[in-house]
Amino acid sequence: MEPTSHAFIANARAGLANPTLQSALGLARTGFPLKRAQAIERLPEFEALRDEGKAIKDHTLAHLDYYLELYEKNVTAAGGRVHWCRDAAEARAAVLEICRSVDAKTVTKGKSMIAEECGLNEHLEANGITPVETDLGEYIIQLRHEPPSHIIAPAIHLMKEQVADSFRAAHTDLPADRPLTEVQVMCEEARTVLRPRFLAADVGITGGNFLIAETGSSIIVTNEGNGDLTQTLPRIHIVMASIEKVVPTLEDAATLLRLLARSATGQEFSSYTTVSTGPRRADDLDGPEQYHVILLDNGRSKLLGNEFREMLRCLKCAACMNHCPVYVAVGGHAYGWVYPGPMGSVLTPALVGLAEAGHLPNASTLCGRCESVCPVKIPLPKLLRHWRERQIAENLAPKAMRRGLSLWGYVASRPVLYHRLTGIAARVLGWAGNRRGRFRSLPLAGGWTQVRDMPAPEGRTFHELWAARNKR
Amino acid sequence: MSGARDAILGSIRGGLGRGALPAETQAELAERVAAHRRNLVPARAVSLDRAARVDLFQSMAEEVQTSVARVSSPEDVAAEVARYLAAENLPAELVMAPDPGLDDLGWESRPMLRIRRDKAEGDDAVSLTPCLAAVAETGTLMLVSGADTPTTLNFLPDTHIVVVRADQIVASYEDGWDRARAREAWPRTVNFITGPSRTGDIEQRIQLGAHGPRRLHVVLIGDG
Repeated sequence: MEPTSHAFIANARAGLANPTLQSALGLARTGFPLKRAQAIERLPEFEALRDEGKAIKDHTLAHLDYYLELYEKNVTAAGGRVHWCRDAAEARAAVLEICRSVDAKTVTKGKSMIAEECGLNEHLEANGITPVETDLGEYIIQLRHEPPSHIIAPAIHLMKEQVADSFRAAHTDLPADRPLTEVQVMCEEARTVLRPRFLAADVGITGGNFLIAETGSSIIVTNEGNGDLTQTLPRIHIVMASIEKVVPTLEDAATLLRLLARSATGQEFSSYTTVSTGPRRADDLDGPEQYHVILLDNGRSKLLGNEFREMLRCLKCAACMNHCPVYVAVGGHAYGWVYPGPMGSVLTPALVGLAEAGHLPNASTLCGRCESVCPVKIPLPKLLRHWRERQIAENLAPKAMRRGLSLWGYVASRPVLYHRLTGIAARVLGWAGNRRGRFRSLPLAGGWTQVRDMPAPEGRTFHELWAARNKR
Repeated sequence: MSGARDAILGSIRGGLGRGALPAETQAELAERVAAHRRNLVPARAVSLDRAARVDLFQSMAEEVQTSVARVSSPEDVAAEVARYLAAENLPAELVMAPDPGLDDLGWESRPMLRIRRDKAEGDDAVSLTPCLAAVAETGTLMLVSGADTPTTLNFLPDTHIVVVRADQIVASYEDGWDRARAREAWPRTVNFITGPSRTGDIEQRIQLGAHGPRRLHVVLIGDG
């Protein structure tokens, strides 16, 4: 998928002015955080589990080469095959080759963010293979030719009326005058339309929430059961996962699973957690004949060696975006690539480059809510600040901002000059704003005063007041 | 694609600032994996005695719209299945896992029930399966695939009935892993199932029966 992150500011403005999007986000703003809070309330060990989850991921990342090799060994022993892919192009090529080996016509897909990252659907279509998204949200946005706007609820930006319009446009063999006002009826229609697609598919592609080194298994977590039909019915099951998804044992996965559902949807446990190991056994009555894993790096191994390593703990639960005041105001499409919200603002610059995604680390108030809800305690605000530092270091920030910051740096690192200048500013502004107590406009501060007043200073700086107080 | 494999492993080691791990460290890691050491397991179910654990399983399962019916002995299962199908207005017809453990559940007392022993097809309405274990902590069923327990039974039919013996109810997922490891061979699929299929993808309104079963019914034998 081609990123449009460089257009964040325009995208965000458009999002804020879009009434349908705002109604949809209104539902998200209250729903997810409330459910998460209730689920955590019921599990007294949740905080301790967060520490354990962090420790498991840190241990695995520090020995990632070992666990990936062990994982591969066990996938192979179970009759599956691991395809190591450096980048999206290698991953697309590997999937296409597998599909062609059985002359596949249609491919069903469970939700996979890695497939989104690789732009897999476009590639399959260009090569004459029809990909069918089966997660309801993914199916809806596939019909609308839109990217996902949320990593676990891809169609969260839509209201049911838009879904109804998309269904009417796509399901033309159903009566045009059928009523489509109830959510339940729409779900039923999607089920009916997709069931034959499941049964007819030649290849099924799922994501992977966890890869288990001990057994060579992949784990997916879903609520709809689409991932299970996707991987059980076709002749071939392909798992697409990135390298940091591996964990040592099933016990480690159990701990992370306890964190995942509660953080994501506020469920105690998702409806379906499925552990898949290799293809069907010789005497099995169903299941795929082949099991392949697309193991994608796409820039992640580089993060192990820099200040962004902690980002690789991410479980992709979406709690950070559900709790982000910026995300719930502008929506996921504004971020312009696959991963929105705080986790996306850290990951996207790493994967598509800071030149493209430079706005994202700045699209945050650094309020810290994301870090406080992260199930594996990723210090997201700190990582966002690291990107801002790099922007300055690499001369990627706008010229005015760089000049302003270097001027600020010059003054702030010279205490005498700083106190003198701020003393003058406080007096001048205090005198000028004395009558109203606030400013409606100020030179050089239009960005602030355009939407709110600037409070006028009292006339003396904090340092002056502090010194006066200590003299007494 | 061994070029890619070497490049990725090389890049990982470069990032970690070291070469391949020394044999000593590798042995320690192998030991960590083999130990199957448990992390923190919540007290919720672990601290309970057997009967209370069965009760917890039932209440957690019912919370996520799994219906639970208790019977006192295995021979009562067929009668409960017939009752459930009639109450739900479903045909007295089902596809059942070939597992011999399901043979003696009183089927001869319900000759009107039409039963096929096989995997599921796209138009099967009702399935009946055993489970490997059931996890009290979250009301979760644990099913494994095998020659006698095909996975399609768990997902294709609209209604899925699962027979659970009280002694199969364990406290935690970790207890479930132990039971799976105790089997002869590791299965292709382990399904943890917590309630019927659902989606909240349109306006976050939860609807049951997205792609998998609309109804999940547990027939629970014994009381622990």
